[in-house]
Amino acid sequence: MNSHKRAKQFSNILVNATLIIISLIWIIPAFGILVTSFRNSEDIFTSGWWTVFPHQAYIKTGEIKIAPEVDVNGPIEINGITHTFEEWREGIVLPDGSKLTWYGNKRTRTVEVQQQQWMWFDVNLTLDNYKNVISGQEIRFKGADGNEIVRKGNDLGGAFLNSVAVAVPATIIPILIAAFAAYGFAWMNFPGRKFFFTLVVALLVVPLQIALVPILQDFTRLNLNGTFLAIWMAHTGFGLPLAIYLLFNYISELPRETLEAAFIDGASHFTIFTELILPLSVPALASFAIFQFLWVWNDYLVALVFLGDSNRVITSALAAIVGEKGQDWHLLTSGAFISMLLPLAVFFSLQRYFVRGLLAGSVKG
Amino acid sequence: MQNANPDTSPAQPQPWFRTKAGRIALSILMPLFTFFLLWQGFLFLRDSEAPQIVIVLVAILWGVGGVALLFTILNLVVEQLPEVLRQNIQPFVFVGPALLLLTWFLALPAFRTLLLSFQDATGRKFTGIENYIFAFTDRVMLEAFRNNLLWMLVGTFFCVSLGLLIAVLADRSRYENIYKAIIFMPMAISFVGAGVIWKFVYTYKGEGAGISEIGLLNAVVLALGGTSQPWLQQPPWNNLFLIVIMVWLQTGFAMVIISSAIKGISSEVLEAARVDGANEFQVFFRIIIPSIQGTLLTVTTTIVIFSLKLFDIVRVMTGGNNGTNVIANEFYLQRFTYGHAGRASAIAIVLLLAVVPVMVYNLRQFRDRKAFL
Repeated sequence: MNSHKRAKQFSNILVNATLIIISLIWIIPAFGILVTSFRNSEDIFTSGWWTVFPHQAYIKTGEIKIAPEVDVNGPIEINGITHTFEEWREGIVLPDGSKLTWYGNKRTRTVEVQQQQWMWFDVNLTLDNYKNVISGQEIRFKGADGNEIVRKGNDLGGAFLNSVAVAVPATIIPILIAAFAAYGFAWMNFPGRKFFFTLVVALLVVPLQIALVPILQDFTRLNLNGTFLAIWMAHTGFGLPLAIYLLFNYISELPRETLEAAFIDGASHFTIFTELILPLSVPALASFAIFQFLWVWNDYLVALVFLGDSNRVITSALAAIVGEKGQDWHLLTSGAFISMLLPLAVFFSLQRYFVRGLLAGSVKG
Repeated sequence: MQNANPDTSPAQPQPWFRTKAGRIALSILMPLFTFFLLWQGFLFLRDSEAPQIVIVLVAILWGVGGVALLFTILNLVVEQLPEVLRQNIQPFVFVGPALLLLTWFLALPAFRTLLLSFQDATGRKFTGIENYIFAFTDRVMLEAFRNNLLWMLVGTFFCVSLGLLIAVLADRSRYENIYKAIIFMPMAISFVGAGVIWKFVYTYKGEGAGISEIGLLNAVVLALGGTSQPWLQQPPWNNLFLIVIMVWLQTGFAMVIISSAIKGISSEVLEAARVDGANEFQVFFRIIIPSIQGTLLTVTTTIVIFSLKLFDIVRVMTGGNNGTNVIANEFYLQRFTYGHAGRASAIAIVLLLAVVPVMVYNLRQFRDRKAFL
């Protein structure tokens, strides 16, 4: 019995160890950009983000000048040891633990003496990256070589607001329209009811690429390209099949007696819908709302096609920094983190509803 | 005025909006007024120079309020109609707007795209199946097909199997919810944001004195005694490094769905098997896997469709260069970079054809359901 217990304990440790390793692999990449976003732009270019944690490093403690008469092209003797220039430049560790490294090119004739020391917390953390990436005005920061760079900011603050202006209506409008439709399909009789609902089911997995070319033609003709209205309508159209499907499943399962009682009392469909069905459907509405909000906030393709550079949303703005300045990690990391703030907050506070929506709607392509 | 309305008795004076004329006037004036209000809002949003925050607030109010108002007004007008007419029209107030949008944004475009796919770059001339010959034979397209196949096979395999592994393991741990939240977290992150995260992991500075790699992967490789690599520029392996991003994003989805299916297996069955002396592997392969077969199929299908349409990751990470192009990116390039609507449409039709089996399956499932009608 004792060995059985020990085996169980062992398997428990194994299970948790595996899960901890996987969780670390999952979280470290995101953690890396979070740390980086608070570092000085200069530091980001010269050392990895993990150096903010205590580690051993070679720190300069002195300097040796090489006399002008020494030929730097041949073997060079320093403190009784001889190596070529290339080897010195890579750094030579002496028996006493110190390290000699040639500084710069051959003409500097300077060798740095470095000692290995523990670095505890010698990090400069800053909020400048956030200030710079939010700003649409002129920004200043230090590049990899320490020179100051001046350029126009990427206005992520404005892009964030635009994303709010796109995502909030593009979440609520399809819910409203879909809830009306779901009620109609569930509790009203009209010709073509089954045909139209079959259409909704068929459209669940249609790739939205199919719609982009013709819809863009329409929007160009209507002069709607780049407007909020255009992208709300697009997101509404593309989100409707799933919304109707999910809400229909929920609303059609509501107890029949409740509705019939209301009908007998003389309530109209509209009153029953707004005063009875909507409040009863809050869990289903919330599930889809989170689903749709995350989808719209994180969408890049639809925004790229219908908004372009006017009213630029946060994903487009972030992608633009990647494209123009792929190595500006201080802006990219802080920008990426700003773009995640709202969806992560929504996600973690309402995870329960989100999971329920996923379970109900995993048929969507 | 002669009162023809049978509901109203002449003895009591009626408020003006209950009379027939008042109702007609109301049902014409209200929609007009609503339309005027919305049009003013549209003009304000289009032309206003107000501070952005004001525009954003007005936009939200106008968009959300406008739709609510439209439904209310439409319903108000319909409720003024005689009983028989109202009963026939009212359902369409409820489902009409949805059907209109579905038709405009999804159903009709499928046919319009099909038409465009037989036309030239600007849609002026019919060119027969030329665009489809391009879609199935061009070197670029063949490369995109190969890569999409890689995404669908490798990406889906790792998403589903990792999701299954984590779901099974987490089920036995006391800290299940913490692990699951961590694995699930990337679901909230955009592909563009995930692109930035992983681009930083893969970043490469090159060899030379005094250069230290700031990318995590290269730092790990260096620490293990290897040499740093430009990971995203070496075909065909760079595709796998991109697929890692999808696995990071989508494993959480697979895990959550599979996990809830595992929780649905009756604990009595599992207990009985263990009492009968089955070891954990036998329990896993003989009981758990067969019980969640349907769920595994659904999850696999969803992720396969997802990887078929994948666009953002490739667009942000490599732009489709260095042998990493995929179908959806080629669609974008054809339409928006090269301006060839015909070819782009043909590619979109190919994507649509690829999901037809799933569509048919969904429709069959739906037909078998008794709940409807």
